[in-house]
Amino acid sequence: MPSNNYEYSLFLPQIIIGAGIVLSVLIEIFTKKGKQLLPWFSIVLFLAAASNSIMNISRDFVLFGGMIEVGGKPAIFNFIFNMGAALVVLTSVDYLKKYGTNYGEYYILIQSSVLGMMIMAGARDILMIFMGLELMSICFYVLAGINRHKLSANEASLKYFLLGAFATGFIVYGIALIYGSTGSTSIQNLRENFTGYSSNILFILGLAFFIIGFSFKIAAVPFHMWVPDVYQGSSTTVTGLMSTAGKAAAFSVLLIMLSGIFGTSAPYPFRPYFAVIAVLSMLFGSIVAISQNNIKRMLAYSSIAHAGYMAVGLAAGNLYSVAGIIYYLAAYTFMNIGAFAVISIVEGKNDTRNELESFSGLNSKDPVLAAAMALFMFALAGIPPLAGFFGKYYVFVAAIRSNMTWLAVVGVLSSIISIYFYIHVVVLIYFKNPSDNFKIEVSSFSLTAVIIAALLVLVFGLFPDTLMNVIIGSLGH
Amino acid sequence: MEQNLLLTYLLLTPLLGSLLVLFFGNEQKIQIRLFGIGVSLIAFAFTVICYFKFDPSIPQFQFIQKVDWIRSLNISYYVGIDGMSLLLILLTTFLTPLTLLSSWSAIQKNLKMFVFSVLFLEVGMIGVFISLDLFLFYIFWEAVLIPMYFIIGIWGGERRIYASIKFFIFTMFGSLLMLVAIIWLAIYASGLLGKFTTNLLELYKVGPSIPHQIQGWMFGAFFLSFAIKVPIFPLHTWLPDAHVEAPTAGSVILAGVLLKMGTYGVLRFCLPLFPQSAVQYAPLISILAVVGIIYGALVSMVQTDMKKLVAYSSVSHLGFIVLGIFAMTIESIQGAVIQMINHGLSTGALFLLVGIAYERTHRRDIAFYGGIAKLVPVYSTFLLIASLSSMGFPGLNGFIGEFLILIGSFKSAVLNSWAYTIFAATGIIFAAVYLLWMYQRVVFGKVTNEELKGELTDLNLRELIVLIPIFIFIVWVGIYPGTFLRLSEASTKSVIDQVGTFTVNLLK
Repeated sequence: MPSNNYEYSLFLPQIIIGAGIVLSVLIEIFTKKGKQLLPWFSIVLFLAAASNSIMNISRDFVLFGGMIEVGGKPAIFNFIFNMGAALVVLTSVDYLKKYGTNYGEYYILIQSSVLGMMIMAGARDILMIFMGLELMSICFYVLAGINRHKLSANEASLKYFLLGAFATGFIVYGIALIYGSTGSTSIQNLRENFTGYSSNILFILGLAFFIIGFSFKIAAVPFHMWVPDVYQGSSTTVTGLMSTAGKAAAFSVLLIMLSGIFGTSAPYPFRPYFAVIAVLSMLFGSIVAISQNNIKRMLAYSSIAHAGYMAVGLAAGNLYSVAGIIYYLAAYTFMNIGAFAVISIVEGKNDTRNELESFSGLNSKDPVLAAAMALFMFALAGIPPLAGFFGKYYVFVAAIRSNMTWLAVVGVLSSIISIYFYIHVVVLIYFKNPSDNFKIEVSSFSLTAVIIAALLVLVFGLFPDTLMNVIIGSLGH
Repeated sequence: MEQNLLLTYLLLTPLLGSLLVLFFGNEQKIQIRLFGIGVSLIAFAFTVICYFKFDPSIPQFQFIQKVDWIRSLNISYYVGIDGMSLLLILLTTFLTPLTLLSSWSAIQKNLKMFVFSVLFLEVGMIGVFISLDLFLFYIFWEAVLIPMYFIIGIWGGERRIYASIKFFIFTMFGSLLMLVAIIWLAIYASGLLGKFTTNLLELYKVGPSIPHQIQGWMFGAFFLSFAIKVPIFPLHTWLPDAHVEAPTAGSVILAGVLLKMGTYGVLRFCLPLFPQSAVQYAPLISILAVVGIIYGALVSMVQTDMKKLVAYSSVSHLGFIVLGIFAMTIESIQGAVIQMINHGLSTGALFLLVGIAYERTHRRDIAFYGGIAKLVPVYSTFLLIASLSSMGFPGLNGFIGEFLILIGSFKSAVLNSWAYTIFAATGIIFAAVYLLWMYQRVVFGKVTNEELKGELTDLNLRELIVLIPIFIFIVWVGIYPGTFLRLSEASTKSVIDQVGTFTVNLLK
């Protein structure tokens, strides 16, 4: 494929973040005000990368000898990652001071993890996927334990690292088998010859290992063991990023590997696998979340359940489910980051006030924050017309189109279970009196992030076409 | 297509009102109340305009507006009304300002949010009755839940949290299964019509051709959702909790309008979309309806709490409406439609009256009261009329509806048995027992409780302004029901025609 400079300009988002990381390191080393400067610098980088991605969404090229895809589907993912990261950084400005980890490297690590995600979403070669994945994961391991004085953060970091390494083992082994049986790591080759390869048991086994490794990363049952502890132990803003953009990146890889065979006559041997993990994740996540007392832990189980809903789309395996999953990821990113931003505001010093109780009577303390949190909870519960509802709607439509109505029914039943614990937060906020006299210090930066997230959740809910048209445009059909 | 903006204005009025009310200061209580009442009166004015412009002779939907909303799923903002919907939006917009006025002194806490919730609830209720797109309908159907949940949960009684969560989860359970059915239907339609659609009028053509067994499942998913809302025995358990814990305004809206959403849904969707299944299951559902009538009445009889008594009486009355719908004759469905309005008026009035007494004494148990006729003669008179209307006393509204339903079910070809009518009729007798017995214990005799003498005062001007309009309609429907029956006649006929066309063979 002949390349010219114009096509390489579509690689700009990755270049922006990559160059930004280098500059950030220099800023951190050579200026005294690095800590004050870096968050704003990061936000500018993320917004620049996000807007550049969204502008080029209707173009789609493969660069560097078939290694990286730019524009199109990767662009919509880049938009999700960068917008999510921008909101997280905005929330972090004041949160880090409270949390006691106001380090410059925090921002550099977030930038690096986003670069890793962008490489994953654009990869056209299995080794690129692996490179992006490791870049993202290693940054996350460090970010999870960024507060090195805190025991629970250390535990989270180590646990995440060990189980992450375990998952990586699966992925590498899978890659080895895929390479061994096909003699190539090109995804284009894999898509074109899938039908032929699929009769090879080693190839299917390799792909299965690969998919199992990523089932860890999307936090699906039965590969979810690390999720609650890591989400609870990490600082709230980091959890916000891991649970949304991190999950989106892992899903982007699954879509890269599988969407080539969606809607074609090629055999799709993983349908039962995804149906099973979807059912397990949805039900397990929703049921266990009910008994949680810590809100971060509750949202960790909710995150498992949401991975299940998105896996419904993977089980359906048609073109509608690709668009549906991307929509769901975008919606989930903004509502969950919004919820974690509210938690980071309500939180006290040293991880106190993470219990559900601390949300009692929030409405009388700060009505705006209360309304936003209620909105995020309703959106996560999938109440129309909010963004979360349409995410579910699109994947259920995909499932029913693939004659998997039963899976949609299970999804619906688990939504009903999950309503209980989301509503419980709203009960505390509005129906209970404050349990203490703690004065919540609302940082205006965090509040801005909350309001932006809330507006996106509302707009994507009331006018789902705004986002859906972009997604369909990016898929190019 | 002709675009008529009238219904959109009707929908936007409370929506804008609910947003604007948030800009008032917390201390401007009187302004907030007046604003809420003003906005809901404007909405009422719009429905009255609808009433005068409405042409009852044509069965088609009127005041249609259609705007594309979600192109990727071919979903549009598609609204229009026929006679049934017109009656129900009249009821909705009529009751909303009255409930706001009735809570003038009862609601003090978080007033701004209360008015917001009531107006937002009004948007949802109107939306449910005017939507002609299944998806749009579903959105409004769910949107109703949230404000009602807040109304019960924030301003309710002691067990309000339990009641609000139970209300939410029960109703959500049914509606999410309906969502799956809606998606399934839209996808099935895409096979027949060549496009994914949730347009109700197009689906009317598609629904009856669904293979028999699957149609049963579809019918079941829709019906379950509506049956929970109605509620049909044995799915009624959320209702007494929600009613008892809700503030008076909440109970009035809940009984007056929200329960009607269920029966309206059955008439608008279950019957015309799945006629074969509807006819097939009609006897079973009618048995449940009759059981509900008798069960509700018997349970009402033993209640010691006035509000609970009225709540269980709703289960009984709604049983009549369901029986009327599934008897599928012109008379019975006309009776069911008018009975929806009647129940809204008379049960609304009963809840208001119980609420008025509760506001003064903070007691609802029947045993606490006694001989209040001497203390509060005007109140007692209103309570008598409301009770008589609720039990179906000739000359008042309840009689018309129940009479039509009983006649219709007697000669129904679908039910094909007079047993339903006989058993349902005993419900009327039981209603007379529990209502008159309560009335006798509360109103007549000697003043049993000295505390009452100071506390219980007669209706004030504001309360009279709330009650008198309702009682005017109670008498109006009782004496000259033609005003209202003629509105729904054409649309009732078209439902029966739709069912009849596809089930001729089944009925032989």
